[in-house]
Amino acid sequence: MHRYFTVLLVITLVAGIGFADDAPVRSDLTPKDLARVRTVTAPTTDFSKPEPFELLPAGAATSKKIVNRDAFSFPSANLSFDQQEQFSLGNGFFRKVWVSSPASTKGSDGLGPLFNTRGCQNCHLKDGRGHPPTGGEDDGVSMFLRLSVPPHTDAEKQLIASGGENVIPEPVYGGQLQNFGVPGLAAEGRMFITYTDLPVTLGDGTVVTLRQPSYSVSDLSHGPMAKEVMLSPRVAPQMIGLGLVEQIPQEDILAKADPDDKDHDGISGKPNYVRDLQSGQVMLGRFGWKAGAPTIRTQSAEAFAGDLGLSTPLNPKSYGDCTAAETDCLAKPNGENIPGEAEAPDPILDLVTFYSQNLAVPARRDIGDPGVLRGKQAFYEAGCVACHTPKFVTSRKAEDETKRFQLIWPYSDFLLHDMGDGLADYRDEGRADGYEWRTAPLWGVGLTETVSDHTFFLHDGRARNLTEAILWHGGEAQKARDNFANLPKSSRDDLFAFLGSL
Amino acid sequence: MVDDWEGDLNAWPLDEGLMDYVDAASYGTESDENGLYTANVIANKSISIDGKTVDATNLTPEFLKTTLREAGGIESNVATGYHAIEFLLWGQDLHGTGPGAGERPATDYSLTACTHGNCDRRAQYLKSATDLLVTDLKEMVGDWQDGGAALKSLQGTGIPAILTGMGSLSYGELAGERMKLGLLLRDPEEEHDCFSDTTYNDYRNDAIGIRNVFLGSYTRIDGSVVSGPSVSELVASKDAALDTEIRGLLDATIGKFDIMKTRGDTVEKYDQMIGEGNTEGNAVVQAAIDALIAQTHSVERAVSLLKLEVTVEGSDSLDNPDAVFK
Repeated sequence: MHRYFTVLLVITLVAGIGFADDAPVRSDLTPKDLARVRTVTAPTTDFSKPEPFELLPAGAATSKKIVNRDAFSFPSANLSFDQQEQFSLGNGFFRKVWVSSPASTKGSDGLGPLFNTRGCQNCHLKDGRGHPPTGGEDDGVSMFLRLSVPPHTDAEKQLIASGGENVIPEPVYGGQLQNFGVPGLAAEGRMFITYTDLPVTLGDGTVVTLRQPSYSVSDLSHGPMAKEVMLSPRVAPQMIGLGLVEQIPQEDILAKADPDDKDHDGISGKPNYVRDLQSGQVMLGRFGWKAGAPTIRTQSAEAFAGDLGLSTPLNPKSYGDCTAAETDCLAKPNGENIPGEAEAPDPILDLVTFYSQNLAVPARRDIGDPGVLRGKQAFYEAGCVACHTPKFVTSRKAEDETKRFQLIWPYSDFLLHDMGDGLADYRDEGRADGYEWRTAPLWGVGLTETVSDHTFFLHDGRARNLTEAILWHGGEAQKARDNFANLPKSSRDDLFAFLGSL
Repeated sequence: MVDDWEGDLNAWPLDEGLMDYVDAASYGTESDENGLYTANVIANKSISIDGKTVDATNLTPEFLKTTLREAGGIESNVATGYHAIEFLLWGQDLHGTGPGAGERPATDYSLTACTHGNCDRRAQYLKSATDLLVTDLKEMVGDWQDGGAALKSLQGTGIPAILTGMGSLSYGELAGERMKLGLLLRDPEEEHDCFSDTTYNDYRNDAIGIRNVFLGSYTRIDGSVVSGPSVSELVASKDAALDTEIRGLLDATIGKFDIMKTRGDTVEKYDQMIGEGNTEGNAVVQAAIDALIAQTHSVERAVSLLKLEVTVEGSDSLDNPDAVFK
């Protein structure tokens, strides 16, 4: 036993990780496995060659299929035949186009009355990330505006503080702006974006021009929004590896939390706590741009209701995000075949959840390339790994055995960080304040262009490439961002070679 | 390697208005999601993709494959493959759930008495799409020749690949995504060959293909048989009873598809079989699904009999790219 502690202590010192004395330790492992996990997840200090297992960022679930436009759409490689069926059926519902009620196809109606899109796949294009409107016929699908107002009453404040709700919806337009309505119902309005050039000079004199977005709404169906309305633009995130993120032991995520920056490294890491629709309990938030959803099932049920206007057994909102003030919306028929039965009844939510949990992360490419290794070193030395945590090992007790004890490389701590004024949306969500965002996982980031045919990054797609994305980092990430900006071009290129290999 | 272009061949479902004229009453004129829903590239020498004007003067194989296919990132912009060709040959099925398939007139390709306009461009499109199909299939044949890429890549892993393929196609793809999804949705749109109404033949041939792979035997269109060593023989050499069981289940599956085919030829097409309230039609489809699942379970037993599951115990060697932390 003594030996283990020595080893652990050394690792701890080398890695610079402080395990808080009172932080609970994950309970799914034997002491021996716990030591192995700590060893294998310690940040590397050897950049002369790839690390063991680095090729497979999702462990045994990693897809080794050929890398092409479909790279984010394959099932986890370790699914059984019957799980493959669940995945395929889930995929069927994921790409399904829903129609408004009433319709001859009873199994397919229930859309809206207000909605952002008619099917999951339409925003999660190729299971990759969405993008801001690019003009022409591309009219904003795959991105929308979240809406809310600050809590006013004590009851509202208590509701937010307790994790009962993440936000207080805008009184008339609800929690998000739906830019479509079923026939005969006006859309709530349109998102309007303008961009202003923002030149930034790097250490070597190179000038990079960022575009600073400004958001507003027009063509509102029910008059002006509340004066204190807060808008937050969101693009659809990529879908890979989510089921594994769900199985990272909470203790391992919280071990990196330091909301009051007690170690004075300038980096906080704050957990969000949000309500799980299934259990009703308040849980650690893991998903979404502000970690506003605790599970994929809850996230999916919220998307069914908010984005598509479909009720599920977990979230019986057949009128989606329609508010009491939107009487024209509430007067429309809904898609319940039997009153009270969800428009998307069982097993649809189960299948879509399973699908979303099992989109495979592609194997890395070129991990032994010298430039990639140099870039990896630059990534570590610039301080990126302070938040973009390279590795976790999933729980031994995961319900689905394909997710158990996998060494995964998401490059995120799944915690909230103050990202500064530049990225702030000034809109709270649960415990996340208007400056805070969840560290975005970086696995698959190098395949964005291959899969999605674009390289728009960040929560609203304002960054047109990875350089811009990094330069937008501020707040707690300012130091790392400055380190990047001051790298010579060859090192920046190495860094991008590394990111390209993820 | 086939994974790389498989979608070019069999992508589905498709927004056919991308390619040619459609019936506005049943198809609609626009889609919120797909700006190219009615782009009709056969009639338009210039189309707009994501706000950019694209020259479509020449409907070359290259244009279909790289520009039109999945234009705008929309998967239903299927521009190539079997179902695009099916649409170009049959046209839209305007009979809904009633009997009857697409009825595209042959004169849609007539250069002297052209119907629906642009017959020359329609012919060019069809020619390009079929050229692409033939090119891809030739490549696939080449991959499986001696020294071909597929054969090479499967050195030592061919048997597991065969059994995995049988299982995945039986269960997840055919029983699940193709058939059970339609029954869950009760949606006549969930029909693979929605233009020609020949879905039941496709599915039956898929089931026959799975058996062919196991038996190492294929009956050509002219009736002659090509055959060789088979997985069936390999299984039989270790467990004759299991081989008999698997062959029996593969036959039983085809029996269920025979019933579906008879029904398709004489009573109703596949889209009607999966219709809501059609108890008898639903049951025919369900029986085929059940048979596919049953045969997969026996294939799983063959996998464990041949001890084919690739396990890499705790190896952390970089020489072994399959190594997984355990």
